[in-house]
Amino acid sequence: MATFLGINLFALSGQLLIGLINGSFYALLALGLAIIFGLLKIINFSQGALYMLGAFGAYLGLNHLGLSYWWALLLVPLAIAAIGILMERTLIRPIANEDHLYSLLLTFGIALILQGLFTHWFGSSGLPYAIPEELKGGTKLPFMYLPNYRAWIIVFSLVVCAGTWYLIEKTKLGAYLRAGTENPQLMQAFGINVPLIVTLTYGFGVGLAGVAGVLAAPVYSVSPEMGSNILIVVFAIVVIGGMGSIGGAILTGLAMGVVEGLTKYFYPEASNTVIFLVMVLVILTRPAGLFGKPA
Amino acid sequence: MNKKLTIALLGVALVAPLAIYPVFLMKILCFALFACAFNLLLGFAGLLSFGHAVFLGTGGYITGHLMLNYSVTPEIGIIAGVICAGLIGFVYGKLAVRREGIYFAMITLALAQLAFFFYLQAPFTGGEDGLQGVPRGNLFGVIDLEDNMTMYYFVLAIFSAGFWLIHRCVHSPFGQILKAIRENEPRAISLGYKVEQYKLLAFVLSASLAGLAGSTKALVFQLASLTDVHWFMSGEVVLMTLLGGMGTIWGPVIGATTVVGMQNMLASGPLANYIHVVMGVVFVICVLAFRNGIVGELQKLVKKNF
Amino acid sequence: MKVMQKTLLATAMAATMAITGSANAAGLSDDKVKIGVLVDMGGVYADICGQGCVEAVKMAVEDFGGSVLGKPIEVVSADTQLKPDIGSAIARQWIEQEQVDVINGAVASSVTGAVTKVASDAKKITLIAASASHAFTTKACTPYNAHWTYDVVSLANGTVKPIVQSGKKKWFFVTADYAFGHALESVATGVIKENGGEVVGGVKAPLGTTDFSSYMLQAQASGADVIALANAGTDMVNSLKTAAEFGVTETADVAGLLVFTPNAQALDPNVAGGMKLTTGFYWDMDDETRAWSKRYMARMDNKIPAMPHAGAYSSTMHYLKAVQAAGTDDSDAVMAKMKETPVEDFFSRNGYLRADGRMVHDMLQVRIKKADERANGDDIFAIEQVIKGDDAFLPLSKGGCEFAMAKN
Repeated sequence: MATFLGINLFALSGQLLIGLINGSFYALLALGLAIIFGLLKIINFSQGALYMLGAFGAYLGLNHLGLSYWWALLLVPLAIAAIGILMERTLIRPIANEDHLYSLLLTFGIALILQGLFTHWFGSSGLPYAIPEELKGGTKLPFMYLPNYRAWIIVFSLVVCAGTWYLIEKTKLGAYLRAGTENPQLMQAFGINVPLIVTLTYGFGVGLAGVAGVLAAPVYSVSPEMGSNILIVVFAIVVIGGMGSIGGAILTGLAMGVVEGLTKYFYPEASNTVIFLVMVLVILTRPAGLFGKPA
Repeated sequence: MNKKLTIALLGVALVAPLAIYPVFLMKILCFALFACAFNLLLGFAGLLSFGHAVFLGTGGYITGHLMLNYSVTPEIGIIAGVICAGLIGFVYGKLAVRREGIYFAMITLALAQLAFFFYLQAPFTGGEDGLQGVPRGNLFGVIDLEDNMTMYYFVLAIFSAGFWLIHRCVHSPFGQILKAIRENEPRAISLGYKVEQYKLLAFVLSASLAGLAGSTKALVFQLASLTDVHWFMSGEVVLMTLLGGMGTIWGPVIGATTVVGMQNMLASGPLANYIHVVMGVVFVICVLAFRNGIVGELQKLVKKNF
Repeated sequence: MKVMQKTLLATAMAATMAITGSANAAGLSDDKVKIGVLVDMGGVYADICGQGCVEAVKMAVEDFGGSVLGKPIEVVSADTQLKPDIGSAIARQWIEQEQVDVINGAVASSVTGAVTKVASDAKKITLIAASASHAFTTKACTPYNAHWTYDVVSLANGTVKPIVQSGKKKWFFVTADYAFGHALESVATGVIKENGGEVVGGVKAPLGTTDFSSYMLQAQASGADVIALANAGTDMVNSLKTAAEFGVTETADVAGLLVFTPNAQALDPNVAGGMKLTTGFYWDMDDETRAWSKRYMARMDNKIPAMPHAGAYSSTMHYLKAVQAAGTDDSDAVMAKMKETPVEDFFSRNGYLRADGRMVHDMLQVRIKKADERANGDDIFAIEQVIKGDDAFLPLSKGGCEFAMAKN
């Protein structure tokens, strides 16, 4: 086997690929957070809970409505977005002009409520959800066995991420959105319905969490705790990437997946902590994040 | 601070253990001190630390470790805990005060996560089990603290001292400068104040007092555990302070009493199944309906009507 | 039969204790017997020992008749949130303030460690229905612990030994990085080496790790015959799911060292089918277990009981019978009675409470049924063999429980 400095290169390539797969997950979740923060200045701590809701949506859809995985992937994010819009209109709107701290606490409270209710309704052991028939099996690569579903995760999330980035940064709609959130009065004067834009943006960001939830259902245990475990990591990714930088969130998500993957190989105990080490270093050296513009 | 009110409250605190379970009261006092220490930073210096649990936990671990393995007297154990919390506070503060706003909060959170990892892995903390069976020892080598009543008055004395210190700080020139920095930092700089040094001093002070709360808590419960260094605890102290009213002297005390009392009631009541839901609802209501906290809203009410 | 001798000695000692115990105590300390049930209501072990444990204890009290020695039996319960500080604070308040006589439930070893410390200092019995660590009857043993349902040693003996003996010698560990995981790994490693196997590698994964694929690749690369999962709950479910997904299960066996029935139910039968594990109780074993489980399910939204639920019932019943027989709720006298009376009910077969507090009873080695074997969603295990209690649990002589060994 090929080795370099005593490290098995085959094993290492496997770990890198897995890191990239996890990274694409992080990218999807971080993207949603970054959109909501970057455009709306809301720190959405309920993103993890909504991700959990997405996974439960897929489970409930399958078992109660007979929705296949593919329908769930289309409909559940819309449902999550609708819930998000409702939340934005009723709870977040009234404190839109207050300090960031309040939106953080409010959404944290919402996350606690959702997690508590789902634990009560569905228990804490998790629920089974099978990989869709079309994506079962896998491909034998020279250095590892790649399950088809994991390949699907990486392709699908990258397409969604790239599409979102293009939509916000390169299209006219995206330009309205950015302008509308940067200078609401002016855009209002141009006849653009800014509150509507805000609501839709929030719905879109939250919908991304729903997408990630449905994607996660077949590979991770569908359980009420799944969101709180991942939230704080994703949050760190957004900060490292530069709060509000859409492209930064995507790239950092992928990079952190790889960093975490390598840590799992060399020092597994620290795999949950390494991201925070990176975060300290980044904030100290580049306060606005790797891709953010200094304020 | 209103002298009569303080004396009345002290009187209540002196007789309270006759009616209420002393360990519960001690828990409230420890958390109240923790919240007051946190409020010194958030309410008066305008710095939101999202990793304050580290200092609480550090105090507890150091005191617990010394009491368990070197059978020192409790006052030595507590002083050592406070010093260690203060030292970590100095290092963390040095790194964090260079950043502002949300980045300040984030760097304290990240540093706290690193500390959590250290305490999880370090053999002397007992990992997930924590340090169990920490002896309360004999105060100054003579007063036995095993008895809950004796322990209560000791904790009350510690709390009062800590509270008095915070009160003095806030009303000293140092406190005035902190408020000036909070209100308008560029102006404070232009007046020639070395802003970062003041912030750092406030941070170290707050960390040490949080350590004091942690050390005392470890003695009360005879236990030091990972709960006290987890980021959930950092979140809880924000809730306590906010609920009571940040930037007010009594707010954190009221907030801590409410939160601890609520948790106590919920743990064994019919709502035990819904503990997270109820806490979440409190968060939401607090943010939506009374952002100034209980004490803040009361003060507003008093101002409006009298 | 060294073990047998020790057992006899222990029983004799217990009997002596009983005589001295009951001589200086009579009647109840107050006008009732109060049982405090410490559980996890909203955390990861809520299905393992949450509301279910509370109901099981209440069932035992009702079946006993609701009163003992003419005085009422009261049940209180509280949520530890899986935190040692909260658990020990509640236990302290119960004992000092609310005249609780005995504590049941006790989920998560870290919490139980703190609780038993408080309880034994106050000379109160803890009936440990749900914790795994064997410390409570070895190095951290006290005369007031009764460890009822299972422990890491019986799990390792039950699951690991037959696999090593079948010729699968090379093992890889995926261990949860906290006290419970470490204990499980070290005990299982001992069993593997004793039987001529070897450990070829392992990883310590932080608690609550979401993605185990990296570890499964490492396990695969190690060339192990068996991958042992020294973790619990969601971590176990996630690691097994990932093992199947990455085709690891085709080249190696996966052995879950601690699998509760709700976890097994959370697994896709196509993924988990065929996996062997050890449990202290299975609801569908015989008529007795089914009869009890039916009654339990009627009270718990038709959820099948897991072993801690049955253990909580069994231990409560045994405790109340001992109070009745001893004529007092004095902990020393009751404990002596509990140790001298065999434990025989739907849960415990050939059971007895040993001097060190270990309740030794038959354990079951089971196999998770494949999808086509299952009659319905609750039909999850097929019993492979019954492991005699003395073979499953650590012998008293090897445990190092000082007060119990001193007596022998």
